Amino acid sequence: MLLFLVLCPIAAALLIIIGAPARLTALVAAIANLLVTLFILVQFDRLAAGFQFVSSFVVSTDWRIDLAFGVDGLSLLMLLLATIVTVAAIWFTGQIDTGADGSRATATGKLASGREPINYERAFYACLLFISGGAIGAFASTDLFFFYAFHELALIPTFLLIGIWGTGNRVRAAWKITIYLTLGSFVLLIGLILLYQSLPPLERSFDMQQLQQAVAVHAISASEQRHIYLLLLIGFGVLISLFPFHSWAPEAYASAPAPAAMLHAGVLKKFGLYGLLRLTIPLLPDGAHYWMYLLAVLLLGNIIYIGLVTIAQRQLDWMLGYSSVMHMGYILLGIASANILGITGAAALIFAHGLSIALLFAIAGQIRTRTGTLAFDELGGLAKVMPFAGLAFGLAAFAAIGLPGFANFASEIMIFFGAIRNGWSMERFHIFQVATVLALWGVVISTVYMLRAYRSTFMGTMNERWARIVDLQANLKIPVALLVAGLLWFGFAPQTLVQMVMPTFRNHFTATK
Amino acid sequence: MIGIPAPHLEIDVLILGMAILLFETFAAKINKKTFAYAGIVGLTLVLIATFFLAPDQSGQGATGLWSFYTADALAIYFKRFTLVTTIIVLVMMIDYAPTIRNAETSNLGEFFSLPLLTCAGLMYLVSAIDFVFIFISLELVTISFFVLVSVPRRNQIALEAGVKYLILGALSTAFLVYGITWIFGVTGETNLQRIAAAFSSGKVEVYAATFGAVLVLVGVGFKIAAVPFQIWVPDVYQGAPTPVTAFLSVGSKAAGFVVLFRVLQPFLMLPNMQRLVALLALLTVVYGNLAALPQNNLKRLLGYSSIAHAGYLLIGVVCLDGRAVTFYLSAYLLMTLLSFAVMILVTQQTGEEISNFEGLATRAPFLAFAMLLGMASLAGLPLTAGFFGKFFIFASAIAQQQTALVVAGIVTVACGFYYYLKVVRAMYWQHASKSDGITVSILSRAVIILLIVGTILFGVYPQPLWNAIKPQRANVALKTTLNR
Repeated sequence: MLLFLVLCPIAAALLIIIGAPARLTALVAAIANLLVTLFILVQFDRLAAGFQFVSSFVVSTDWRIDLAFGVDGLSLLMLLLATIVTVAAIWFTGQIDTGADGSRATATGKLASGREPINYERAFYACLLFISGGAIGAFASTDLFFFYAFHELALIPTFLLIGIWGTGNRVRAAWKITIYLTLGSFVLLIGLILLYQSLPPLERSFDMQQLQQAVAVHAISASEQRHIYLLLLIGFGVLISLFPFHSWAPEAYASAPAPAAMLHAGVLKKFGLYGLLRLTIPLLPDGAHYWMYLLAVLLLGNIIYIGLVTIAQRQLDWMLGYSSVMHMGYILLGIASANILGITGAAALIFAHGLSIALLFAIAGQIRTRTGTLAFDELGGLAKVMPFAGLAFGLAAFAAIGLPGFANFASEIMIFFGAIRNGWSMERFHIFQVATVLALWGVVISTVYMLRAYRSTFMGTMNERWARIVDLQANLKIPVALLVAGLLWFGFAPQTLVQMVMPTFRNHFTATK
Repeated sequence: MIGIPAPHLEIDVLILGMAILLFETFAAKINKKTFAYAGIVGLTLVLIATFFLAPDQSGQGATGLWSFYTADALAIYFKRFTLVTTIIVLVMMIDYAPTIRNAETSNLGEFFSLPLLTCAGLMYLVSAIDFVFIFISLELVTISFFVLVSVPRRNQIALEAGVKYLILGALSTAFLVYGITWIFGVTGETNLQRIAAAFSSGKVEVYAATFGAVLVLVGVGFKIAAVPFQIWVPDVYQGAPTPVTAFLSVGSKAAGFVVLFRVLQPFLMLPNMQRLVALLALLTVVYGNLAALPQNNLKRLLGYSSIAHAGYLLIGVVCLDGRAVTFYLSAYLLMTLLSFAVMILVTQQTGEEISNFEGLATRAPFLAFAMLLGMASLAGLPLTAGFFGKFFIFASAIAQQQTALVVAGIVTVACGFYYYLKVVRAMYWQHASKSDGITVSILSRAVIILLIVGTILFGVYPQPLWNAIKPQRANVALKTTLNR
């Protein structure tokens, strides 16, 4: 079942390269994946702890590496996010935005330079599917080695997507994201190898469950935990765009074609957060405790500093890129809070943010296709000609701000309550209370930039040039509805999500607290 | 079950090589490609024969040939390695033959037969456990390479490469011999095992032995292109005919590492020797990767990249992890030969600059994909064989707490991504200046597909290759003595 989920996009990508009709194959594969994930969701036993739907193939007996798949509540949530965003991203690939020579697509979808995009269209869908397959593989793997390896599968497709179809300074952006992510993932690899080697030789394994059992018997010494945690924090931090390592993200997302930005910001970037939740909480509690203050300071950098930087942006794509960096701060606050409420909130926000940022990038991409620009100075009043796009963007922006009713609100409030409880005493505020208060101001910051972006894009007087622009094609309402439905469902019924994720962490926190 | 004595393998290869050379001289009318096909068939038979060998007779107290020659697991594995490399190089040579034929009139026969002699030399080299034998087989390899590098002898660049390789090769051999004499003077032995015994007895002059060891290291360092003995690499790699470059960078390097590994085992008992090798490794990864960054000629780029890979391999040697080094070399064989095979086909039409690869994705999607995979694997992307190579090397470096090497390794891997992806960028981002396709012969296509399958298979399922070379007992014993 899970093997199908992983292989389906990769097989579809290969079929497309060989010559199957690109868009059709990609859509069918993506929708099939979504349906399989929903099926797994229905069959999933919410009360049981541990992994379900397990399947494994031995890869190396000496190193105890298995190609092993399995889901628990957390990874199922990630799979759901990945498959929903994949469907939306592929659906939104109506027209390829720009060609490699900077030629710009017109509103009718023809390339201005007249270059034949057929061959490249295949490559585009294949790259998207490879990214999706890599993300799904990483979330479904219960083996650390393949968890890492599948994530890397997305590296070259991302490089190609930004390099071939990017806008703006695409060459610089493509190199930057590739080199940053390579460095980050090799730091991460060293951390994972250290984690593996920190156990006595007979207990060593790359399997997550065996690791947990081994750690329960031979706890990793506190000093080793500190080293490993720091490496993992930096490694994952680069992938998450944690504060001092963030500079690749806005540039890459601003340059990337919309579907690539949707998949990367919505799904792939969540790999790092998923990894932190998956590894540090059960395996490295002492390390996490030791570096708690560092993480608190860095995540405030994400929320406050990047938040202010976001306000200063003059372009919609850059603003969205920075806002996605900023929101990572909330999720990290939840992870740092180290109690079940905050952690669950973090998991929920990963999901909610993935959907909302994907929708924002999708609409921004549609606007760019039509107008050729995303500068706030030139846009304005687009709601007159693109009412549906305005509605969708508005909903996504409200969700991103964290308005009640959307999943983002439910998860942010859990994070804030969780974080303020960490180290709470009646006498005075400790660092986490201060951090929570400052982070709450982040909500105000995000309100400012989101509403300003909405105003200068959709409200106000319209530039005459945009009078003939048409709204989104009717069929694009389906992926928009899918994303919004996800946001609203978990906004009004967050318990369904919380119940799903809780068993992953409950054992751990009842055991320690 | 029949048992073929191991030394027969090399004799067969030598006879085959000489027979082809003689036929070529007396039967001038035969199509020269026949010789290449004969070589491929013959080597394949020898490769099959390696699976039916009589047991190894070397070891403690062995006399006669077996005190010079071993057929242990490492040697057998690398004999197969050498044979596979030579077969693939011969296939590449068939594709490359038109270039030689245009430049020259008649030396295609030598071009096809000399690799066999080199192959025999390399096979001897991986079995050599005595300094005299190491020296002789090294000379067999080096002298046939002198000729191969300058086969297109009217071509100035090739000639320059040949002369450079000749002079620097002779110099390094001189260092090697000088080092051997010092060690002989100190211990009175040339056999590696007996040298080790002499060292462990503690009655040797340590400084004199270290001096000899350093000189030997210089000589071997030249063969594996370790910094600071790498000066010859870029020019020779660029000037030599491309299949010869591939042969140099895979076959010669692998044999060099086997020799280094065997020679270092006794020497690492000397003080400071491990630190010295670690320093070499550090310099080599840093230099190789940094110097590769600005290259625009693909052959030169692969030359620098081979220096960089020598650095990663040296990290494995420092940690004395024979399996990791072997795995890395095997992965290196797959991905390097894959890149060279594609490169030969493409450069027949255009040139060796990276800009000549622009738009290859539209001209020849299959070749572009093969090259993409080769580059991804050389860079060390997971799910390719190259990643597991780096993974095993880094794992053993971390286990031995070689922090400086690990840090240098990570930073340089990121550099590597830049220059390997430069090739990918040219193939996929840019537009083709020519639009005609590239024809690929069935044999080359089969070889490329095999290499692709190998690269992916061992990137997902490394166990068969990992099992192929069992850890040596001597190695384990040595590690325990070192850790005391």
